[in-house]
Amino acid sequence: MLDNTATILDVANLTTVFNTRDGAVHAVNGVSFSLAPGELLGIVGESGSGKSVTMMSLMDLLPSPPAEIVSGEIIIDGEDVRAMTTAQMRAIRGGKVGFIFQDPMTSLNPVFTVGFQIMEPLREHLGMSKRQARARAAELLELVGIPDAVIRLKDYPHQFSGGMRQRVMIAIALSCDPKILIADEPTTALDVTIQAQILELIRELRQKMGMAIIWITHDLGVIAGIADRVAVMYAGQIVEHAEVKELFRNPQHPYTRALLETLPKAEGERDKRLKSIEGQPPIMNAAPTSCEFAPRCAHAFARCHVENPQRVSIGEGHDVACWWDAKTGGPRDA
Amino acid sequence: MFHYTIRRLIFTIPTLLFISFVIFFILDTAPNDPTGNLPLTIPPEVRVKIRASLGLDQPMFIRYLLWCQQFFINEPLNMIEQWFDITIGDGTRLRVTSWSTRSPVVDLVVERLPQTLWVVGMSYVVGILIAIPIGVISAYKQYSWFDQLGTFFSMLGFSVPTFFTGLLMIVIFSVHLRWFPSIYDTTHKVTDWSSFVFQVKQMIMPVMVLAFFNAAQLSRFMRASMLDNLQQDYVRTARAKGLKERVVVLTHVLRNSLIPVVTVIALGVPQVFGGAIITEQIFKVNGLGQLLIIGIQGADIPLVQTLTFIFAVLIVLFNLIADIIYGLLDPRIRYD
Ligand SMILES: Nc1ncnc2c1ncn2[C@@H]1O[C@H](COP(=O)(O)OP(=O)(O)OP(=O)(O)O)[C@@H](O)[C@H]1O
Ligand SMILES: [Mg+2]
Repeated sequence: MLDNTATILDVANLTTVFNTRDGAVHAVNGVSFSLAPGELLGIVGESGSGKSVTMMSLMDLLPSPPAEIVSGEIIIDGEDVRAMTTAQMRAIRGGKVGFIFQDPMTSLNPVFTVGFQIMEPLREHLGMSKRQARARAAELLELVGIPDAVIRLKDYPHQFSGGMRQRVMIAIALSCDPKILIADEPTTALDVTIQAQILELIRELRQKMGMAIIWITHDLGVIAGIADRVAVMYAGQIVEHAEVKELFRNPQHPYTRALLETLPKAEGERDKRLKSIEGQPPIMNAAPTSCEFAPRCAHAFARCHVENPQRVSIGEGHDVACWWDAKTGGPRDA
Repeated sequence: MFHYTIRRLIFTIPTLLFISFVIFFILDTAPNDPTGNLPLTIPPEVRVKIRASLGLDQPMFIRYLLWCQQFFINEPLNMIEQWFDITIGDGTRLRVTSWSTRSPVVDLVVERLPQTLWVVGMSYVVGILIAIPIGVISAYKQYSWFDQLGTFFSMLGFSVPTFFTGLLMIVIFSVHLRWFPSIYDTTHKVTDWSSFVFQVKQMIMPVMVLAFFNAAQLSRFMRASMLDNLQQDYVRTARAKGLKERVVVLTHVLRNSLIPVVTVIALGVPQVFGGAIITEQIFKVNGLGQLLIIGIQGADIPLVQTLTFIFAVLIVLFNLIADIIYGLLDPRIRYD
């Protein structure tokens, strides 16, 4: 059973498979995590590690077929999401849970005005009249830092820059005062300076509105500055999970360590070429039966190739799924 | 947009003049003899006289200018006179006249336009009304039995010629079942309920044959456009906002998918005026398509020249209209 007394979101053993014509793709393999109200959880991992699919599974946003949520328990604000009807599910999407996606250039509908698109969830979830919704939409645009909000409501997405469009997406996601904001690589497609602005904006809005945030990214550097806790994903599993300071100070999993090594250490080191982790992430045609990172791991030994490690706690709020013990430099006893 | 439209309209003038000359030139150089259909007993001297009376002894360039004067000046003046019931000048001027019927070509067109508009135009509308929902559902439920059936029927509509479906319908519904007349009665006037029912009955078969053909192409187009848009990121955003699936598909996706489809529909309108040559022949609808065929067979050059040119005008015009509609539907397009 899940203990969801102090959490807004609880996910247990979530498993999602794509049944494609070329066979199954096991994108998410038994992911468990929880989120406290107002907390910011960072999720990091290489491309294809299943970050997006995990989040889309939460809100049942994946096209089915091919996607199938094989198992798992999802509790949002005390309610069992997987037992919900379509209508109940819809009320949560855009209501309690807001989404921001990676590419602001394509995430907005090109033929409707920005105002229309912000007003839609307001009218759907809060039952506002057109006038109320328009007034609220203008407030929201102002909130996300778009000047001349009332005038800009009548503009179309193509009249906004990439950064501005991401601000509009944020306005949409926050329109119904969600308890959880899921941001799937919200800054990846933007210029560095714009990235910093968006980051700052979300930090600010979080303070004002107090929602919990799940922040997905490739970039541990971004996470370091903003997250409370971090989950590291590899091959559709969370391989390490800890408070952000703890993770940076005391990384356990060889994959986390490798990720940290790819970060530039100090300002002066900027121009040096970043190290990258050698090898390729696996293609998941079957559920994992051994440690999926073992082929790329310097510390792998016999057991790693035959048995998939489960997450074990190694300290206050810090757990890791690895047969190798970073403290002793040998196999973990257990 | 307004300036763009004006600019485009001005550009159409030289384009159309050029087209009219090309049509004239081609028809003139074609081995055609307007006296060819006359009895063989007419001696050659008389034939020369007949040709002279048709103005054929003049050089081509003069004849072209004459046609231009008749079509671009005299006919519009004539039309204005009729509409406003006034007389400009002495009211007598040369009109473009059909060689074989000796009546003004424009009058022939006006006489035949209603049949064509009713039958071919109605089939176009019906085709659109069938095609759009089929395209939407086929795309939304891709590879479902509905989609497979839609694919099968549109392939049928694509590949089976209208003279076959037309004859098939006549055999089934006129000959065997005796539900509908096989010949379209143009003189029929709708005055009361029963004559209206008759009108509907005689229109059903030609309209259905053409609608099937139109819908086959258009539904494929609609389906492709929908499939394209269903993949887009904004659809995921719409769902993530918690919108009803109906709103996601019929507002967000459909609105985007219709942009290219509406353009194609506008581009197809001139074909409605062009008539459906084969279908009109089969069901004996004396519309514009049939008029053109008769003109070609009788080497009635003024008739063919004028009809072809009117079609050309419509094509150029609807190209412009399609562009304007595109600009209105897609806010990303700006013409000025
Ligand atoms: N519609 C789909 N059909 C089949 N496989 C899919 C589909 N969508 C995602 N996958 C697979 O699921 C796995 C996880 O993908 P996901 O998009 O979650 O990765 P990610 O961690 O978000 O990567 P990125 O950082 O590139 O966004 C990948 O191997 C991908 O190929
Ligand atoms: Mg992703």
